[in-house]
Amino acid sequence: MSATTAGTVRHESIYSGGIASWLTTVDHKRIGVMYGVTALFYFIVGGVEALIIRLQLATPEGTLIGAEAYNQMFTMHGTTMVFLVLMPMAAAMFNFLIPLMVGARDVAFPRLNAFSFWTFFFGTILLNLAFFVNQAPDAGWFGYANLTSKQYNPGLGIDFWVLSLQIMGIASIASAINFTVTILNMRAPGMSLMRMPLFVWMALIVQILMLLAFPVITVGLVFLFFDRFFDTNFYVAAAGGTPVLWQHLFWIFGHPEVYILILPSFGVVSEILPTFSRKPLFGAPFVIFSGILIGFLGFGVWSHHMFTTGLGPIADTAFSLGTMLIAIPTGVKIFNWIGTLWGGHIVMRTPLYFAVGMIALFIVGGLSGIMHASTPIDLQQHDSYFVVAHLHYVFFGGTVFGLFAGVYYWWPKVTGRMLGEGLGKLNFWVMFLGMNLTFFPMHFLGLDGMARRIYTYPAGVGWEQWNIVATIGAFVLSVGVLLFYLNVVRSLRSGEAAAADPWDAATLEWSMSSPPPEYNFAVIPNVNSARPLWLYKYGPTRDISKRSKEDGTPPQPDHPVERIELPSPSHWPLVAAAGLTLAGGGTMIGLLPVLLGVAVLVIAVYWWAFQPLERPGNPVFEPGGGSG
Amino acid sequence: MSAHVTTFGIPNRKMAMWVFIGSECMFFGSLIATYLSYKGKSVAGPTPAEILNIPLTSVSTFVLLMSSLAMVLALDAVQRDQTGQAKLWIGGVIALGGLFLAGQVYEFSHFYHEGLTLQQNLFGSTFFVLTGFHGAHVTVGVIWMATLLLMAFRGRLGPERSLDVEVAGLYWHFVDVVWIVIFTVVYLIQ
Repeated sequence: MSATTAGTVRHESIYSGGIASWLTTVDHKRIGVMYGVTALFYFIVGGVEALIIRLQLATPEGTLIGAEAYNQMFTMHGTTMVFLVLMPMAAAMFNFLIPLMVGARDVAFPRLNAFSFWTFFFGTILLNLAFFVNQAPDAGWFGYANLTSKQYNPGLGIDFWVLSLQIMGIASIASAINFTVTILNMRAPGMSLMRMPLFVWMALIVQILMLLAFPVITVGLVFLFFDRFFDTNFYVAAAGGTPVLWQHLFWIFGHPEVYILILPSFGVVSEILPTFSRKPLFGAPFVIFSGILIGFLGFGVWSHHMFTTGLGPIADTAFSLGTMLIAIPTGVKIFNWIGTLWGGHIVMRTPLYFAVGMIALFIVGGLSGIMHASTPIDLQQHDSYFVVAHLHYVFFGGTVFGLFAGVYYWWPKVTGRMLGEGLGKLNFWVMFLGMNLTFFPMHFLGLDGMARRIYTYPAGVGWEQWNIVATIGAFVLSVGVLLFYLNVVRSLRSGEAAAADPWDAATLEWSMSSPPPEYNFAVIPNVNSARPLWLYKYGPTRDISKRSKEDGTPPQPDHPVERIELPSPSHWPLVAAAGLTLAGGGTMIGLLPVLLGVAVLVIAVYWWAFQPLERPGNPVFEPGGGSG
Repeated sequence: MSAHVTTFGIPNRKMAMWVFIGSECMFFGSLIATYLSYKGKSVAGPTPAEILNIPLTSVSTFVLLMSSLAMVLALDAVQRDQTGQAKLWIGGVIALGGLFLAGQVYEFSHFYHEGLTLQQNLFGSTFFVLTGFHGAHVTVGVIWMATLLLMAFRGRLGPERSLDVEVAGLYWHFVDVVWIVIFTVVYLIQ
């Protein structure tokens, strides 16, 4: 592989500046990095929670923690991994990459973007504060009604859970609006929808899913909030209500949420496979339309989580069929990925290892998913470890491996340094081994009747062997994950410097230096292909033996050719997010903090609204390299 | 920032408001669906038929619809740089919106004295949360309009700022449309 000639000049680091510059930044790249760092931190937190669960279950009659603490562990593990790790890790990539990939200098609303991050960030703190008052949420990440009612769960744990999810939901909706507009309306000239990178396509579908799914959980949480704080009876059967209402609202959100978690990974893999197979994605339009179909069908299958609720044969049949239908577009994608690898000049680098690992593991999770699309089979598997195995093959095998592939792939662009290749491959193999060792035995445990969420089990029922295997696997997996963090530290300290285009890739983010300059594009590119850089480097025949340098979008010049003004930093998004969190979290204390929070929020929003985006002193870049 | 040149030729803020409205449809849709699925499930009174005052609410519905007319005229006035008319019509939106809210406050307190509280029965819970969230949206809209009126009085609402009014107008009309659905579902079809 050859590095391109562009971007030999190193720009002043976009990450320099003190803590204040991070608190007030509106640069999508820095915000992306903050999402990433937050997610990688909570990945450790959620991982430790998982290890405690596995230690407790390693042997029969485990005594490491009691039932109460166990309930808190699986609740916080699920909530953390879904909302504090997988979603923000995807958000990190959306933030960093989408403007670069569509040829924009920032997102549509840079300050709203900062607000989204800070709101999310304060939400994560609010959630974990529950540990410090020793009342962590304990009703599962799904928070089924009755388990969450004031009557059966009088402590503060559920309040922390409701309020922090509500606050993080606002962050997600704000961010989804921002990225929908960015993708639709900020594309460089010539970048038609069908020329957008696959990652951007999947990101667009994810934004639309978030826009339409989060309001539903918001309403569900509002009802729960009213039930707990104002003694209403939305989920109380004695008053004529039904706990099933929560199940519907939760899963109308929750099932699209599954696709919100997996589609970014599909996008990552669809970018990596062509680069390392040295050929375009096989049937790219099919992959795009399959993604749209998955997003559309994803809204019509929520009740497959509720086959044991007793909705009746007609509903069960309809949701069963809908669920099986989703297997079609998903299968299409898998064939397209394999078709991309087929006959390619495969370059065996770490990102490709993770991408191929993702496909393999996701197929396992997908197959077990099709099994419990069938109602009679699901009735057997529901709430057993078989489902735990399934969802971890999808979320760990699918999402985490996909996101790791993305981190290995784009790390050079983000940091300007390469991750170690040898350590990367070791990282992959240990994680791959650990993942299968941990989760594959859970299929057997589930079919053997071991229920989810039990904090201990008796000896002699035949579960000992696979449980100890799974626990050993969890530690192998942890070693694999630690190798990743080791690789990160080594790269940041002494990693090999990254060229602008270290993988010889096809999309726009590789057309400027690594890391990119603050303004992203010295010249807004004219896009004339779905693979603008390959067209430039190799011409329309895609013959990698010939470099043409005639058509296509050239790499970026090292210095601006026109005056570029960027938005000024602002602290009001941070203040607004703090006000919102105070108003939300304050409901647990009393009226005063709520009013204070609202006041802060209102003041911040007004300052923000009347503060011009570009003020004197904003970053300005003059042609030829001067900056002010 | 070349914020003015957009792919679809629509200003970003306008597109963002449309996208937000799409999200809000799911929000109100969930609230209305819950109201409908809990209809007739209350184990205690008062029932909707006993307490809802259709003539009064018809008047306040008319008031809210007229506020949308004022909104349209306000935007038109701003675009034509008729500052005086703009102030008049924005003031009209605020007055009509405020009148609608006053009607809601009267209605809520009347119901409260009749024995329909948030906790009384499922009808009370679903009714107050649904219409309450709608009222909160109207309140936000009134505050937004008041801000625009203040800008107009300070001479900062010329035609170059008409997008500010247009985006606020999109929000206002949406909140109106939601009320038409609520009025039909809650009041007219009992």
